[in-house]
Amino acid sequence: MAEKIHSTKFQDKMERNIWALLLTLMIILSVGGIVEIVPLYYLDDTMEHNARPEILWSPKPGQNLADWRTGDGIRPYTGLELAGRDVYVREGCYLCHSQMIRPFRDEKERYGHYSLASESIYDHPFQWGSKRTGPDLARVGGKYSDDWHIKHLVAPRSVVPESVMPNYPWLEDNLLDGATVTAHMQGMKTLGVPYSEQDIDAAAATVEGKTEMDAMVAYLQVLGTMARLDQTVVYRE
Amino acid sequence: METTTADGQKYNFEIVKWFTVVTVIYLVVGTSVGVYIASELAWPALNLDIPYITFGRLRPLHTNAVIFAFGGCVLMGTAFYTVQRTCGVRLWSDKLAWFTFWGWNLIIVLAVITLPLGFTQGKEYAELEWPIDILIAIVWLAFTFNFIMTIANRKSTHIYVSNWFYLGMMVMITYLHVVNSLAIPVGMFKSYSIFASVQDAMIQWWWGHNAVGFYLTAGFLGIMYYFVPKQADRPIFSYRLSVLHFWALMFGYVWLGAHHLQYTALPDWTGSLGAAISLAMIIPSWGGAVNGMMTLSGAWDKLRTDYVLRFLIMSLAFYAMSTFEGPVMSLKVVNALSHYTDWTVGHVHSGALGWVGMVAAGAIYHLLTRLWNTEIYSTKLVNLHFWMATIGIVIYIVAMWISGIMQGLMWRDYDEFGTLTYTFAESVAAMRPYYAMRAVGGFIYALGAVVMLFNVVMTIRQASAEPRLSTAPAQA
Repeated sequence: MAEKIHSTKFQDKMERNIWALLLTLMIILSVGGIVEIVPLYYLDDTMEHNARPEILWSPKPGQNLADWRTGDGIRPYTGLELAGRDVYVREGCYLCHSQMIRPFRDEKERYGHYSLASESIYDHPFQWGSKRTGPDLARVGGKYSDDWHIKHLVAPRSVVPESVMPNYPWLEDNLLDGATVTAHMQGMKTLGVPYSEQDIDAAAATVEGKTEMDAMVAYLQVLGTMARLDQTVVYRE
Repeated sequence: METTTADGQKYNFEIVKWFTVVTVIYLVVGTSVGVYIASELAWPALNLDIPYITFGRLRPLHTNAVIFAFGGCVLMGTAFYTVQRTCGVRLWSDKLAWFTFWGWNLIIVLAVITLPLGFTQGKEYAELEWPIDILIAIVWLAFTFNFIMTIANRKSTHIYVSNWFYLGMMVMITYLHVVNSLAIPVGMFKSYSIFASVQDAMIQWWWGHNAVGFYLTAGFLGIMYYFVPKQADRPIFSYRLSVLHFWALMFGYVWLGAHHLQYTALPDWTGSLGAAISLAMIIPSWGGAVNGMMTLSGAWDKLRTDYVLRFLIMSLAFYAMSTFEGPVMSLKVVNALSHYTDWTVGHVHSGALGWVGMVAAGAIYHLLTRLWNTEIYSTKLVNLHFWMATIGIVIYIVAMWISGIMQGLMWRDYDEFGTLTYTFAESVAAMRPYYAMRAVGGFIYALGAVVMLFNVVMTIRQASAEPRLSTAPAQA
C-alpha cells in the first residue's frame, strides 16, 4: 500500500520527503515578494525626483539645513522635527492618521496635492498609515497656527468638539535630550539620509530647552511644505 | 496514515496542555484590550490622560496580543499536537519545545511592558523593538526546527496535509519577520527601519498581508485540516482539492500585500498586480472552505448535538465570507471607497473573530477532552460561548460596514454648488454611534471568551478530581 502513488509523482515526492517539501516551499514562497519589491529599487519612475530633480533640495556647497527655506525642496528633518517625528511614532499617531493623499478630486480639495513617493524618501519608517479615524496629515503643515496645534494636542475637543483624539498634555512637560537627538540623526545618516556634519553638530543646541510639544509642532508644521508642487505638472502617470 | 495508539506517555502532550491554557488566557486579555480601545474611540474620556493607556499605544498591544499571543500559542500548541499525532512519533526535542514555550511567553511579557511605554518601530503589526525582534526570530526558528525534525523522524509514510500548511507558515513568517524588521538600532529600545518611502510601504504590506495570509490563514488551515475531520469523525472531503488549494495558496497569497496600497505613491503596476492575484485567490480560499465544510457531507445532523463542531463549521463560513470580501475590497473601484475607513477594520475582524477565533475555540474544546481524558465540564456553556461569539461578531461587522461605507461616502460627497458637503469633523461625529455599537459587539465576544476560560478551568479541575483509572474516551 505504501508504494502506491495516489496523486502525481511530484506530490507524492513532496509528501514523502520533508526536505523536498521544505525546499520547494522556500522557493515558491519567495517569488511574489521578489517580483513586487525588487523592481521598486531599480525602476526609475518609482521615484518622481528621477524625472523632476527640482523637488529634492540640493544644497549648494557649504549650505546646511539652516539655509533651507520653505518650498526649496524635500530635505531631511531638522533635529527638532526628527524629535517630533519620534514622538509621532511613539504615540502611534499613524494608527489613526494617514500621510498619503490619493489622486482624487475630493482628497485634493480636502488635503491638497496628491502625495509623491519622493516626499517620504527620508522617512524611516514610512508613515503613510492605513486608517483615517482622523484626517490625513500629509500636508497639514502651515494650515493651522502653532498655538492652535498646542491647544489641539493638549485638549483636542477644546478646538474640535467632534474629535475622539486622546489628550496629550504630557508633551508639554517632557524635555528633549540633545544627545538622543544627535544619536538619532547619526542613525539616519547611516541609513543614507544626507545630513552634513554641521547639521548633526548643530542639532543638540537647537533642541536645548525645547519640549516634546515644540518638537511635535515643528514636525507637523513642516509636513507637506518642503517641495513646492506645480499643479500643471504630472508627477506621476 | 495515523497512529491511534496514543497512551499519553508516547507523546509530549504536557507542552500542548500548557499552550492550550495560555491560549485561552491570552484570548481573554487580547479581546479585553480590544474592547477598551474600541470604547476609547466611542468615549475618548477613557484615555484618562494617562500616556500608557492611550489608543495609540494600546492598539499595538491589542493586535500583538491577539495575533502573536493568542494566535501564536494556539498555532504552536496545535502544531505540536498535530505533528505528533499524524507522524506517530514524539516531538524531536522536548527541551526545544519548552524553550519555544517559555521564549514565546517571555516575548509576550516584554510586549506587554514595552508597547504601553511607547517603544515601537512604528510599523503596523511589527511594532516590537529590535531586541524583542531578535528573540522572536530565535524562538520561531526553534519552533520550526523542532517541527521539521519531528516530521523527519515520522513513522507514517506520507506527511499529513495539516503539516504542509504549518510548514508553509513557518517558512513564510521567517522571511517576512526577518526582512520587514531590518533596522538599525539607535538606542536600547529605539531603531529606524532600513527602508523608507515606497519600498518600505511595499515591504511593510508584504509583511502585513501575509501575517494574515500565512500566520492567520495557512496556519489555521493546518488546524482546520486536523481538527475538523477529527471532531466530525470522518475523512476530509477531498484529498485532491487539498493539494490544489495548498499550492495555489502558497504561491499566490504572497503577492497580495500590494492591494493595501492602491492609489498611493506605489507604482500602479504593483497595486494592480496585487489586486489581480487577490481576485484569483478567491478560488483556493474557497477550496479550503469547501473542503472543510463538505467533510460534514452526509453528517450534517452532528451540528445539532456537537457544539464543538459548530464552532469549526461556523469558522469556515466566516472564512469563506471574508475571503470573498477581501478580493472585492482589493478592486480599485471598491478600494477607492473602502481604504482608510472602518470597513477595513470590520473585514479584519470578520476574519480574526470569525475564522481565527472560532476555529481556535473549536480546536481547544476538542483538545480539552483528549489531553485531559475527560468530558467538557459544561457543553451548555460551549453553546453559550458559540452564540455569544457569533452574535458579537455580527454586531461588530455590521457596525463597521455601516460606518465604513458611510465614511467613504461622506468624504467624497459634493453639494449642488460643487463643494465638499461634509467637513472631516462631521464624518467623525457621524461615526460615534457605530463606534459604541462596535464596542458592544466586541464586549459580547470578549465575554464569550471569559465563559470559555471558566469552562476550561472547570474541565481541568474536574479531570484532576476524577479517579485516575478512568480511561480515555473511545475515539482518540
